[in-house]
Amino acid sequence: MALLEIRDVVKRFGDFTAVNHVSLAVEAGEFFTLLGPSGCGKTTLLRMLAGFERPDSGEIVLDGINVANVPPEKRPVHTVFQNYALFPHMTVAQNIAFPLKMAGVPQAQIAGRVDELLEDVRLQEFAKRYPHELSGGQRQRVAIARALVNRPKLLLLDEPLSALDAKLREQMQIELITLQKEVGITFVYVTHDQGEALALSHRIAVMNKGHVEQLDAPEHIYSYPKSRFVADFIGQCNLLEATVSELGPERMTLEIAGVGLCHVQPVAGAQVGQKGCLALRPEKIKLGATLPADDSDEVHFKGKVHDCLYLGDVTIYIVELDNGMLVETMLPNSAPGRAKFFDDNDLVELAWRYDAGHFILG
Amino acid sequence: MSKPVYGIGGRFAKWLISAPPLVYLLVFFALPALIMVFAAFRFPGDYGGLLPLVETDPETGKQTVLITLDTWRDYLTFENFGRFFEDSIYIELFLKSFWYAGLTTLICLILAYPLSWLIARSHKKTRDLLVLLVILPFWSNFLIRVYAWMIILGPQSYFSQAVNGVLGVFGIEPVSLLFSEFAVIVGLVYVHLPFMVLPLYANLEKHDMSLLDAAQDLGANAWQRFWRVTWPLSLPGVWAGVALVFIPALGMFAIPDLLGGTNSMMIGNLIKQQYLDSRDWPFGSVLSIMLTLSVLLLALVAAWAGSRGKKKD
Repeated sequence: MALLEIRDVVKRFGDFTAVNHVSLAVEAGEFFTLLGPSGCGKTTLLRMLAGFERPDSGEIVLDGINVANVPPEKRPVHTVFQNYALFPHMTVAQNIAFPLKMAGVPQAQIAGRVDELLEDVRLQEFAKRYPHELSGGQRQRVAIARALVNRPKLLLLDEPLSALDAKLREQMQIELITLQKEVGITFVYVTHDQGEALALSHRIAVMNKGHVEQLDAPEHIYSYPKSRFVADFIGQCNLLEATVSELGPERMTLEIAGVGLCHVQPVAGAQVGQKGCLALRPEKIKLGATLPADDSDEVHFKGKVHDCLYLGDVTIYIVELDNGMLVETMLPNSAPGRAKFFDDNDLVELAWRYDAGHFILG
Repeated sequence: MSKPVYGIGGRFAKWLISAPPLVYLLVFFALPALIMVFAAFRFPGDYGGLLPLVETDPETGKQTVLITLDTWRDYLTFENFGRFFEDSIYIELFLKSFWYAGLTTLICLILAYPLSWLIARSHKKTRDLLVLLVILPFWSNFLIRVYAWMIILGPQSYFSQAVNGVLGVFGIEPVSLLFSEFAVIVGLVYVHLPFMVLPLYANLEKHDMSLLDAAQDLGANAWQRFWRVTWPLSLPGVWAGVALVFIPALGMFAIPDLLGGTNSMMIGNLIKQQYLDSRDWPFGSVLSIMLTLSVLLLALVAAWAGSRGKKKD
């Protein structure tokens, strides 16, 4: 049985439904992420897991026990808060010792356990410092150590890296993954940063307007988004409006109005004449002045460069198709001293394998 | 850290800004305090005041300095200080005043803490209204407010009659609420309560509520959240309130005068008596100096205890 099971949970604030019939299960030892834009209900769901909010209906079953109405201080669940919420009047060691004291752990055992945690987060020399004497990254590590010290069944992390700068964030991501493997505690992580979610998680639940749009492993979510929302929210994605024109066992054919036909992997439930969109990642599209058309697996279209964005490692080209549709694609700037291969209004050719894209119905 | 750099103009501006309050404090605080210290070593004058050191001839207007190297013993003395320690009544009065002021401070703290917390946690609009209500008494004169208490505690008042009615049920003789220690403490608490509420409110209002969430999340129950998080973080506000209540309460004379009986005199009354009734300025000065010194001593002990407490952690 899963460690945590959320069963048909609903939470309303007045007329607003923050969490709308959400059900999901988290396995023991998993790094699970709730991902979504602000207001999607992910933080409310996290606060219900912590106990700060009570669901209007549904169950939150932790290790076989429904904890939906158990107050936060009685749950074996700890939270790493967005602003860390370290106690300013306590030293690093006292902060980490706090949950142990509250749990009534004998004084003699506390020091040893605190030392262990200080070592885990590499802050041994900082034991006697106060939070205001630490850098952002160090505070972050204290907050994590404090939440882990009495081995909760579940660690909740509420956008813990959002206050750090980009470089430090990346470093902390690596530390988080390592730490999670070391301690083996189940992490439930909340973020609106899709890059962070993809990098850290075993599984991601993409949330939108109070419900889960898709729950899958990061690579599945990225490659096979189930809805326009997921495709659009996770990474960069072209959404090309299309109609199903022919069905086949291996491939189906789509018609992109004003441009032509293209093949794509079939999707369950598709019928001829149905509308939808082709989700196509920029990095999966080939771009050239002319491209050899010798591979029957490939789809080719012509267009002209509408805009270029030079990003250093890559350049993004926005290509306009014959019907005025804009397609984003990119080329790595591997040639030395060369910023871009094409200029605005250059005529170019686009190509992609039939299985590079993914058709989303509706 | 690097020191901020001021030009000559900047330094001049700094002096210019701090000069008026500095001069004010020198003229109206430091100088009178020095005069008082000096007065403590002199003899009282025949009709009050101090024995003059300079004599003016009423006819010629010629002034003669009386105090010389030979005669200074007739004009300066330690005796006033000796008198303070000779009779235990003065020390006892000091201790009683400290007790009144301490009790007042404690009651103010106990009453003000929940009130301040409530104000700090209420909505913005209600909060402003409640703060206004706390400072509203300042809009009327201090003495008028104390006179009001004389009426409330007086034997004719509904309050007194109600209290004595309840006491009568238990077969206890009627008591006079006014002119008692009880009335003095009630008056002291009433007058000083806002000075405890305001610094406490200012402190509690700034508390980060997410710390309480964190404490609860980490297993602290309501009492532990208060005792381990809110209380230690509110200590600066508590100390500010304690100082603002204890020190003025210690020197208060109007309230014991109006509400107290013969037995509830405080140091303030004794000092006032020396200056205005006994016309013994030198001894009044001695009492004032002893009061100032004892408050200073108390502050030093508190600071020392505070720093020791910190080191122990």
